[in-house]
Amino acid sequence: MSKLNQKRWQSTLLFLAINTGLGCCLGYALLAPTSPVKGLLLPGKTTHGHYQIELDCSACHASDMTFAQDACIRCHSEELKLASDTHPASKFNDPVNAERLQVLNAQDCLTCHTEHRPENTHSMGVSLPLDYCWHCHQDVAQTRPSHEGMAFDSCGNTGCHNYHDNTSLYEKFLDSHYGESDLLEARSVRAKDFSTHWRESHPDRKQIELVQADHGLDVQERDVALEPILKEWTTTAHAAGGVNCSDCHQTADNDTVSKDGQWKDEVSLETCGNCHPGEVETFQIGRHGMRLASGMAPMQPSMARLPMHADALHRELTCSACHSDHDFNSTKAAVDACLGCHNDSHSNAYSQSSHAELWRQEMAGELPSGQGVSCATCHMPRTLVDGKVPVNHNQSASLRPIEKMIRSVCENCHGLQFSLDALADPNLSLNCYSTSPEIRVESVEMAHRWFLEKELKRQGRKQQDPLIVPPLK
Amino acid sequence: MKKNFWFSSIATLLATGCIVPLIMSSSGCGSSEAAISPPTGITPQKFADAVHSVMMADRTVYATHVVTNLKKQSAPVKAEEYWEDTPNSIPLPAQMFRMGASLVDENPNAGFSYGLRSKWPLNEQNHPKSEFETKALDYIAEHPGENFYGEEELGGKKYFVAAYPDRAVAEACWSCHNEHPNRGDTYPEFAKDDVMGGVIVRIPL
Repeated sequence: MSKLNQKRWQSTLLFLAINTGLGCCLGYALLAPTSPVKGLLLPGKTTHGHYQIELDCSACHASDMTFAQDACIRCHSEELKLASDTHPASKFNDPVNAERLQVLNAQDCLTCHTEHRPENTHSMGVSLPLDYCWHCHQDVAQTRPSHEGMAFDSCGNTGCHNYHDNTSLYEKFLDSHYGESDLLEARSVRAKDFSTHWRESHPDRKQIELVQADHGLDVQERDVALEPILKEWTTTAHAAGGVNCSDCHQTADNDTVSKDGQWKDEVSLETCGNCHPGEVETFQIGRHGMRLASGMAPMQPSMARLPMHADALHRELTCSACHSDHDFNSTKAAVDACLGCHNDSHSNAYSQSSHAELWRQEMAGELPSGQGVSCATCHMPRTLVDGKVPVNHNQSASLRPIEKMIRSVCENCHGLQFSLDALADPNLSLNCYSTSPEIRVESVEMAHRWFLEKELKRQGRKQQDPLIVPPLK
Repeated sequence: MKKNFWFSSIATLLATGCIVPLIMSSSGCGSSEAAISPPTGITPQKFADAVHSVMMADRTVYATHVVTNLKKQSAPVKAEEYWEDTPNSIPLPAQMFRMGASLVDENPNAGFSYGLRSKWPLNEQNHPKSEFETKALDYIAEHPGENFYGEEELGGKKYFVAAYPDRAVAEACWSCHNEHPNRGDTYPEFAKDDVMGGVIVRIPL
């Protein structure tokens, strides 16, 4: 074979090898679930809400990669229901909305929330120009003269309107909180009541002492390292509630009664969920646990888009990441666990805030329980659910939109006007609400004026001669 | 399409307990009813009349035996517009009616839609939303005791539409409307039996 031919052959083989390699990579990317190679196929950066699961294409796409219509609803329907969605898709089933739907298809989530288009995407994953309200509410000033001249891209400003969740923004709510002082006289965070309900539903479970620990090991077999673990456990709510070693280490997943006899050092999320279903469920909806819900490896701070501490980058976010094993200290989980990873300006400013000072005082016993404000106070709110006060482990729930925090958090201590002003001021978000807001949201006063004017008109009508009352037709 | 309509019509009527009287009276359908009428079964107008009668019956029972009864007993629970944020409160009859319409909108098998409309709505969303609705509301206001039927095309689809007068039957209805802060400057002073608006039932053809 001539040298020229040999070179040609070598080039051809190299060409084939490279292409076969690339083909294999792409094949693996297409076929393997959540493979990192799939990142090469992403048509664009995903939003903050979805980037953790962007490699699990099937979370949103059908097998032919078309968008699965129910994908949004699978994860967000409960949230929309709780928000008393002001624009539910079903509202547009009324045929009179047919023409409106042709302009803006409000029954398709993708009309406003198209993924993989970072250049067009605003906060809350909105991918439409922000003046979208104009399409249906052009005549708003006719019924709300106070809105005359307002720009349509300002409708969604903090404290004004949201497309879905207006539970803290509707007129009557705003009016009924008019005139509240910045700091309410009665202020307190709801006490969580899991242990109370546990004791009521498990009267047979009594405090367990060290000697009753059922780890199954003889004294001779017990490792030196086990002693501090056992001592730590005896001081916890678990030991107080009669939860023994085998309840976590020998219990079958998704089974609160039987034990499968297999000792497991690692305690799974499902095992925690046997007794704490609400906590585990909400954890997997939020950004800390959403990868687990998609069957992916746990989230690690190294994957985060927010700045994280270098020494925390490879921690895995499971229950024990915040509630350390055998300690389960919820006080540590409320602040230290968060600040152990998060390294952004908001988190780093917390310790200098008045909220943190209250927390330190509560921890020192100088203030009654429920007076301090930890990271968890705002980001893992305690709301009343079916007569119980669970801790919402979806730390994103009160952030989308930000006004959600008013009902679940702010109004425990602050007046509505102050809360809206604080949430609307971007500097306060950065300094962890350490200073007074410098923005004044007008909504509360506008709503109050609206009702006041209506009431004055009503009183005026009552005093009128009945003969000049407008006729029926 | 037609098959779907008849199937869902019968399913809905079965669910509301109306099928027996309707089958018995189906031979009495008049010639003025909707043009598309198969030889057996019920016409869109009959169907609209039937579901409207169920709606009105339910709302009357709620208004009379729940809301008014609570009031008579001076019960701590009362009907209140902002009931979701008011302790010890339940929805007003009109809100209960509207919530029912929303549930029907959510049900893909319902096969029809309905809603409250008025020329003088307290809730802006209840304004007439099409030329047909405006015409229908004018008609039922000007012809007390009569309904208004017709066909309408919306978004390229044809609908049979029925409009029924919504009257001021209980003092609580008109006094609440007359006193409401949302009433406009030209709002009428309603009194007993006045037509305050209409119920629109819309069925795809």
